[in-house]
Amino acid sequence: MNTFLFAVVPYLAVVIAVVGGIARYRWDRFSYSSQSSQFLESRKLFWGSIAWHYGVLAVLGAHVLALMFWDAWGKMLSGPTRLYSFEVAGLALSWLAFGGLAFLLWRRLSDSRVRTVTSPMDWVLLVLLLGQVGLGIWMALGYRWGSDWYLHTIVPWIHSLFALNPKIGYVTALPDVVKAHAVLGFFLMALFPFTRLVHVVTVPITYLWRPYQVYLWNRRASRQ
Amino acid sequence: MDIRAQVSMVFHLDKCIGCHTCSIACKNIWTDRKGSEYMWWNNVETKPGTGYPTQWEDQQKYRGGWEREGEGKLSLKLQGRGRALGNIFANPYLPTIDDYYEPWTYDFDELFNAPEGDDQPTARPVSMITGEPIDIEAGPNWDDDLGGSTIYAANDPNLEGLSSDERAELNELERMVFFYLPRICNHCANPGCVAACPAGAIHKRGEDGIVLLNQEKCRAWRMCISGCPYKKTYYNWATGKSEKCILCYPRLESGHAPACFHSCVGRIRYLGLVLYDAAAIKDVAARPDEELVEAQRAMIKDPFDPEIIELAQANGITPDQIKAAQDSPVYKFVKVWKLALPLHAEFRTLPMLFYVPPMLPVLATLKNGRYDVDGANKNGGTEATGLPSISNLEQSRVPLRYMANLFSAGNEAIVAEVYRKLNAVRVHMRQQKVGNIPESEVAEALGAAGITADEAEAIFRLTAMPTFQERFVIPPLLRDQAFEAQLGDPFTQKREGGFGFRAAPERRW
Repeated sequence: MNTFLFAVVPYLAVVIAVVGGIARYRWDRFSYSSQSSQFLESRKLFWGSIAWHYGVLAVLGAHVLALMFWDAWGKMLSGPTRLYSFEVAGLALSWLAFGGLAFLLWRRLSDSRVRTVTSPMDWVLLVLLLGQVGLGIWMALGYRWGSDWYLHTIVPWIHSLFALNPKIGYVTALPDVVKAHAVLGFFLMALFPFTRLVHVVTVPITYLWRPYQVYLWNRRASRQ
Repeated sequence: MDIRAQVSMVFHLDKCIGCHTCSIACKNIWTDRKGSEYMWWNNVETKPGTGYPTQWEDQQKYRGGWEREGEGKLSLKLQGRGRALGNIFANPYLPTIDDYYEPWTYDFDELFNAPEGDDQPTARPVSMITGEPIDIEAGPNWDDDLGGSTIYAANDPNLEGLSSDERAELNELERMVFFYLPRICNHCANPGCVAACPAGAIHKRGEDGIVLLNQEKCRAWRMCISGCPYKKTYYNWATGKSEKCILCYPRLESGHAPACFHSCVGRIRYLGLVLYDAAAIKDVAARPDEELVEAQRAMIKDPFDPEIIELAQANGITPDQIKAAQDSPVYKFVKVWKLALPLHAEFRTLPMLFYVPPMLPVLATLKNGRYDVDGANKNGGTEATGLPSISNLEQSRVPLRYMANLFSAGNEAIVAEVYRKLNAVRVHMRQQKVGNIPESEVAEALGAAGITADEAEAIFRLTAMPTFQERFVIPPLLRDQAFEAQLGDPFTQKREGGFGFRAAPERRW
């Protein structure tokens, strides 16, 4: 069971995410959209969406940074004050994301206009995301100093996954909450191509440098 | 100079009767779908009035268009590039559906299926979004024909700068005045929607300047809706994609006028090619307000000038297209006669749809139960004819200030010049047809307008009795060549070229 969850599921998830994402982009590009409902309801969305997105981006970013620069991350936390401030900041941001998402879920449930533009997948996604952030907060409260022990459990496990040599021993002994958080994370990754989550990979970063005006020529294949 | 061609338009407001045929023609072809019920790519609004969406001209509220930041510098009024990404999770200036109206239908089944009772069954209004019964509180033409009203028109942003006397005059009973303003996408030379789109999903077609929105690239970041100061990009709430007027390009490419142009009952619409200098766009759009109209006119180049023709051909504009630009009614109205003006030039998007402002009823007040035309005897004509002086139109019912706010970025001199010309044409033609105006007054009117009798005649002809071919000079858009350039073998379009979407444009996930 542990082998399936920690050595098979991650690979499956990545394959489904990549193949599914590319296939959807190739054959159903029209559906790549953030499906914003701000046009139907703007005030509540502001409070929910801003809190959720900035909260989750910061927390998720921390996960990824620690994964990539584990050494520097460890040094950064080497001191009780720093560790403490990091934990507090992380927890606060998680609560921000959780609160924002819960607010968004309530908005979808209570606003009849927004409810009509909500697909079954949207409900699944909202509940799962809320559960995932909830698990994270539970962990942060129940198993303190995760920003540090993460470096010695999850990080080497994921590195071993990257090396195509899964060492599940790093995670099998962890509490169930942590395991659930990790597995659900990969499950969400697998869910990515089947939900509105696809908008995550279309962040329009090129807007920062592209020329304001876009010309397309019918009779030549060039811009400008 | 970088000479490009632009399919450009003129709407002659004197001829608009406000019948909304154009809106219906457009709706039946393009926006009769779920999620687009509330969209009117072509709408007709009453001025003075707040329009659709409500108060769209108020850029303090909607932040559309560009702002001048000193000499030669422009910035999007909405936000900078960095803030665009920062605001992507919630656009603080996005209008919501309530700024337009909630689309509705009626519960017609009730009329047939209601159980027998003492009362006639009624068809209740039902929201087309939620399907629930609603109270109708706004519609696409909610303030139609209510010009001068204290409830609706009083909120018109163009009334800024009018004295309270002038405002009061607009409301005077039996003297209420209004005119119609049909609006479509302006296919601007410096479009705000294109610049505001983070995904780069909106583009201007190089060959003809039509602004199109690629729905496969749109990611619903919704900045275009704010970025367009005319509110002519719309968000389809059902598909999660933005949409806009496509100037009926499939019709244009096969030589037909766009549906709204074709169906126009008052024949107010003109369409034709103009050649303009794309290299000048930035400089023109950054001029001070009062110079904007003149600068935009200067940006449009003379298609008879050999130097311009040579530059145009170097840019791939064909001789047929240059011929179309020479015959263009738009060129005549905008550049030769300088009668047609851009709507709200101060938004700095360089709109390529121009309006001939409406001649207004004569200024008159009720005195002793009779209309007394103010200043009627100033030019001498009225005593002889017993008619209101048609030379005094500059003292019009709607203050020039109002017209200047709409059509010349506040520069009253430009609007006054247009009215002097329109007036001269009217005086001249009245003298020709009826003959009850002294020659001296005709000469005075023409002199004041700075046009000759021949020009007046030509303006009259193209205004009052143009043929279909004179109104719509549709250039060859060479769709066949475009296919060859993009796809190689033109026959590939049978399959690979496709007919557009092969799957229904609706949400599936």
